[in-house]
Amino acid sequence: MQEPIQAAWNTAYTKVNQEYLQRRTISIDPITRLEGHGKIEIFLDDKGEVERAYLQVPELRGFETFCIGRPAEDMPQITSRICGVCPTAHHMASIRALDDLYKVQPPLTATKIRELVYHTFMLEDHALHFYVLGGPDFIVGPGAPKEQRNVVGVIQKVGLEVGKKVISMRRRLRELIAYFGGKVIHPVLGLPGGVSKGLDPADLPGVKQLAQDGAEFARFTLQVFKDVVLKNDQYLKLITSDTYTHRTHYMGLVDDRNRLNFYAGKIRVVDPTGKEFAAFPVQHYLVYIAEHVEPWSYVKFCYLKPLGWKGFVEGPESSVYSVAPLARLNAADGMPTPEAQQAYEEYLGTLGGKPVHHTLANHWARVIEMLCAAERMQELVNDPAITGTEIRTIPTATPNVGIGVVEAPRGTLIHHYETDENGLIRKANLIVATQGNSARMAMGVEKSARGLIHGGKVSDGLLNMIEMAFRAYDPCHGCATHSLPGQIPLTVIIRDGAGQVVQELRR
Amino acid sequence: MAGKPKVAFYWCASCGGCEESVVDLAEAILDVVAAVDIIFWPVAMDFKRSDVEALPDGSILVSMINGAIRSSEQEEMARLLRRKSRLLLAYGACAQLGGIPGLANQFDREQLVRFAYDDCPSVQNPDKVRPRPQAQDDGRTVTLPVLHQVVRTLDQVVPVDYYLPGCPPTPRLLNQAVAALLSGTLPPRGSVLAPDIALCDECPRKDSKPADLRLAEFKRPHWAVIDPEKCFLAQGLLCMGPGTRGGCEALCIRGNMPCSGCFGPTSRVRDQGAKILSSICSNLAATEKPEIDRILTTIPDPLGTFYRYSLAASLLRKRVAA
Repeated sequence: MQEPIQAAWNTAYTKVNQEYLQRRTISIDPITRLEGHGKIEIFLDDKGEVERAYLQVPELRGFETFCIGRPAEDMPQITSRICGVCPTAHHMASIRALDDLYKVQPPLTATKIRELVYHTFMLEDHALHFYVLGGPDFIVGPGAPKEQRNVVGVIQKVGLEVGKKVISMRRRLRELIAYFGGKVIHPVLGLPGGVSKGLDPADLPGVKQLAQDGAEFARFTLQVFKDVVLKNDQYLKLITSDTYTHRTHYMGLVDDRNRLNFYAGKIRVVDPTGKEFAAFPVQHYLVYIAEHVEPWSYVKFCYLKPLGWKGFVEGPESSVYSVAPLARLNAADGMPTPEAQQAYEEYLGTLGGKPVHHTLANHWARVIEMLCAAERMQELVNDPAITGTEIRTIPTATPNVGIGVVEAPRGTLIHHYETDENGLIRKANLIVATQGNSARMAMGVEKSARGLIHGGKVSDGLLNMIEMAFRAYDPCHGCATHSLPGQIPLTVIIRDGAGQVVQELRR
Repeated sequence: MAGKPKVAFYWCASCGGCEESVVDLAEAILDVVAAVDIIFWPVAMDFKRSDVEALPDGSILVSMINGAIRSSEQEEMARLLRRKSRLLLAYGACAQLGGIPGLANQFDREQLVRFAYDDCPSVQNPDKVRPRPQAQDDGRTVTLPVLHQVVRTLDQVVPVDYYLPGCPPTPRLLNQAVAALLSGTLPPRGSVLAPDIALCDECPRKDSKPADLRLAEFKRPHWAVIDPEKCFLAQGLLCMGPGTRGGCEALCIRGNMPCSGCFGPTSRVRDQGAKILSSICSNLAATEKPEIDRILTTIPDPLGTFYRYSLAASLLRKRVAA
């Protein structure tokens, strides 16, 4: 080859090689929902199309290890510190595990009080997500100016009076949790075989009023959802679009008639066609649930053990399952309360029947669950047993193994303890709600990135659209933490291989 | 807006409960938002690290940081906010004392990681994959923050001006702290912004606490019938009240459960666990060693009981490999 040609060829070859090496990456960092830290890394190919996207969780606190040696009865208070947003869920899962550990049946009144606390918590926690966290995407709009896509924007849109109503309702609901639990953040009511404090009959009228107001509030919220979202064709299109759709398995607790239950029952799993895949008591969870490890995230990815880990795939081949409102409504045959059942039928009618695979339908399912929780509160406060004085069964059995489950707002939550004969923890294992969604969320982020990023170009709207892919789950990653009011600050930086910034977007 | 004092919130190794406690200001949060300019609150607001970096040093009136320091990233953020702020406030038990995540100092980091990714009964990990600071996945390099060997309190990393105690702090204390900040009526630097008295002094069951407790054994709460009116220690139930700072409104007591110590020690005490232990021991109904030992063996987990929130801040700090 002649020298000039050789030189030209070399130059071209080097350039091609460099371009290959300069495959661009997009970092979304921080997303800050996750222990204040969280990151999305998107790798683009040389055409600027998405090659791979990672949703990373950078936190490990090691609760299971440092619970070793602790008295089992301290676990409801220690494990509630996994999450200060859903402490009541961990507290309750822990109490259920302690009941199992000591083979003790709480008195009826104690069960009613636990359920009242739990449904009150479910209502206020879902309300937080609907109005403050996820709601802005719809109430204000996914394409609204970014300054408005937050709780302040919601208040501007629905009015200050409504905003105050939400704040006041959440405060009152949380005061009821504190009535029984002492503290609302990290309550202390739970003991194996019962609760530490009963309901004074003198306080019952106020509690009944609260339950009634709570139901009214849930109905109002459902109406807001209908008016804002369902009456908007574009939103419905967005909810049912392929970008936000994944065909996976679904998991949730159901009662003996396969109706949704937040507090007790068996774990039911349906496959991507909606057929029952498994139904089992939580004590058998290790037969059905396994966790997969990836080198790029501290979170573990749950999957259905009998099917084996098949990777981040959906469809008939998938072993991925999902939890939380959408999954619960798919896993159950119906709702346990009349108004929620009616809302559930309307939901299925609009979205084309079960199973609903649309991630953004989580928002609708969540509001239906608010109604269900409020209706259950009303049933419980009108049950004469609620003011009973028998609130403890003192355990007598020798402890060994205890496994408990509840539906946390964010999905199926399992606590598993093994102790010595003195009730000191020898081993603890926790399957935390958001882990059940970690694989599907990672897939969702990748799919939305693929659907939205082309030719290496990103727009401001894209940031919110990618966020919506995981925000719908109300994630509480590793339950290390979870996000609170408003919107996630995002920066998307597109660099070439030399580290030069090609484009930068922030908000 | 320019005239309003700037305030920042940040979270490190924490559970999010401190963030929720700010939201639990409820109606009052509207007043706070009106009085100050919140320039950084990753969970609630739209600003990011580079926005903080762009601020002049010392331009934030106060940064309130919750959570312990467990990772490289958390340490960097603590240093950044310290530099940008005139005052740094350790918000909550984890920032002040290490909190419950500090109990991890009883184990080394490798034990935590090994259980999570290898020994845990639900994990299927035949190839022994571990999350890596720099992970290779199909030719791509993906990075994660580094976990430190030990959990540290905020003031073991940067100087701290004030502390707001509790797991989490109460809205009432937060309101008082904000008011003191805005009116310039803060106590001397280094103060804990809560009453400097033991919880027993404000306990609704104070009158039922005998002068001499004469403790002969300790009962575990699930095996005891708990009297809703009587001092827990008088019932033989371990309560951290004598060695714990008050100001929490005795919330756990009102839930009919004993204090577990989340408000930390008073200003006169260096080591909360040692203080409670000495207080308990001086109230034992025994003078001979065998009898003292017998009574103390009825406490099944002294470390997790006396140092539940303060191991990282204590004189013990961390278990050292034998």
